[in-house]
Amino acid sequence: MADFFTNTYLGIGLLTVGQVFLLVIPLLLALAFLMYADRKIWAAVMMRRGPNVVGVFGLLQSFADFLKYIVKEVVVPAGADRPVFFLAPLISFVMAMVAWAVIPFNEGWILSDINVAILYVFAISSLEVYGVIMGGWASNSKYPFLGSLRSAAQMISYEVSIGLIIIGVILSTGSMNFTAIVDAQRGDWGLFNWYFLPHFPMLILFFISALAETNRPPFDLPEAESELVAGYQVEYSSTPFLLFMIGELVAVVLMCALVSLMFFGGWLSPVPFLPDGFFWMFIKMLMVFFMFAMVKAITPRYRYDQLMRLGWKVFLPFSLAWVVFVAFAAKFDWFWGVYARWTVGG
Amino acid sequence: MTVFSFYLFAISVITGGLFTVISRNPVHSVLWLILSFLSAAGLFVLLGAEFVAMLLIIVYVGAVAVLFLFVVMMLDVDFAELKAEMARYLPLALLIGLIILMQFVMAFGAWETNAAAEGLRAQVIEPERFNTESLGLILYDQYFLLFQLAGLILLVAMIGAIVLTLRHRVDVKRQDVVAQMMRDPAKAMELRDVKPGQGL
Repeated sequence: MADFFTNTYLGIGLLTVGQVFLLVIPLLLALAFLMYADRKIWAAVMMRRGPNVVGVFGLLQSFADFLKYIVKEVVVPAGADRPVFFLAPLISFVMAMVAWAVIPFNEGWILSDINVAILYVFAISSLEVYGVIMGGWASNSKYPFLGSLRSAAQMISYEVSIGLIIIGVILSTGSMNFTAIVDAQRGDWGLFNWYFLPHFPMLILFFISALAETNRPPFDLPEAESELVAGYQVEYSSTPFLLFMIGELVAVVLMCALVSLMFFGGWLSPVPFLPDGFFWMFIKMLMVFFMFAMVKAITPRYRYDQLMRLGWKVFLPFSLAWVVFVAFAAKFDWFWGVYARWTVGG
Repeated sequence: MTVFSFYLFAISVITGGLFTVISRNPVHSVLWLILSFLSAAGLFVLLGAEFVAMLLIIVYVGAVAVLFLFVVMMLDVDFAELKAEMARYLPLALLIGLIILMQFVMAFGAWETNAAAEGLRAQVIEPERFNTESLGLILYDQYFLLFQLAGLILLVAMIGAIVLTLRHRVDVKRQDVVAQMMRDPAKAMELRDVKPGQGL
């Protein structure tokens, strides 16, 4: 039986499909509750009740929304470019999902353990912009087009600083594999060995860039409802709109996973006497997601020129300078070698 | 499995390239071009050059092609005229294509490979080293100066572009960020008690 799954094409194919389902189904289920949590946190900050009708405490709200989106009518604008119009939400959704192939949840709990994993995630997240641009253009309408142009510029700008921040972590680890990055944060001091201490400024920069990259408030300019109605999503309805929404949220959760892997030691236990395990990864991801939700509730939206200035004139020089600093610190073993973790693991 | 993937990616590179040329809508052309880039990245992965593949996606698909798309979307193109132009230039294009094809055939037909070439090429990468590491060693160790020089040329090009296009016009109102940040309500607004029917 084991032979069938490791040696024949059919077996390998079936095994891969099984693993993919094992990842995707819990992910989408968790997503339903994360969407609910997002709305609940948002409501709590504003002293509202939030969704509380469907199911106990409104827990099934996301499923009700899902059904609502599915059964609605798909409206296509008259001048729309139909193939591109329907391709855009698919790209948005698929790109958000495929990035999970290289995210480990525990030692060895990973679909594809490639050695350029972090670059792969970066590449995929740079492809996500196509869903937005294509959607905005194919709608053949002014607001979506303006929204998609904004978003393209925004995502490209913040990708640059995300890339440089990632380089800092790679320099410290000496590898681009996520398992190696997590292993490099292993040590006798529990959470004090993780990257968030030596790379603390980059943690903040990465978090803010992640907000911008995923079009979350305060950087939700592509869909700023007060200026652009709803940006590139204006002409979308029913399932295509649902795909956009899921894609966006999956990208957010992916950023949560990246923050916990790169800065908070992934599945490592924060204290030495507790065992490591996937639950730590989930707890860390949930905490980062909570931060994402809080930011949505408490910050006002940026102006577009402020957003661009922040990206190019503040984040880019600072993260570039940080890469130089980390390179020196790692090479010459400054600060008791906390920047040169490849000597420890990885 | 590798052969199957190779043909899949190869066919999609060629299809992408073909439709880039023949599709009528320039935006579709760019989208086909992106498909072509992505498939080329797939071919790189099959060759074991995963680092180059990822860079191809990040740099070309993630940034350069987005800017292409940006520009092409802004253009106001008359498709009918474009089609007429294409019909007019088709013979010339075919001629150029044919010449290049012939050159390729002649060049590769007369190509003589040294029997040791395969071995020499393989020597660059040590078997237990990842290709990211080998690329780094070659770029930043062996050809360090040339690499720096290439960077310098790009920097000069960038500065040149900025110098050529940046003009300080006096009649344009510019945004002063510091002044904006330093504004406070006391300086920015004034409360007046306006009597009815009089105005200010």
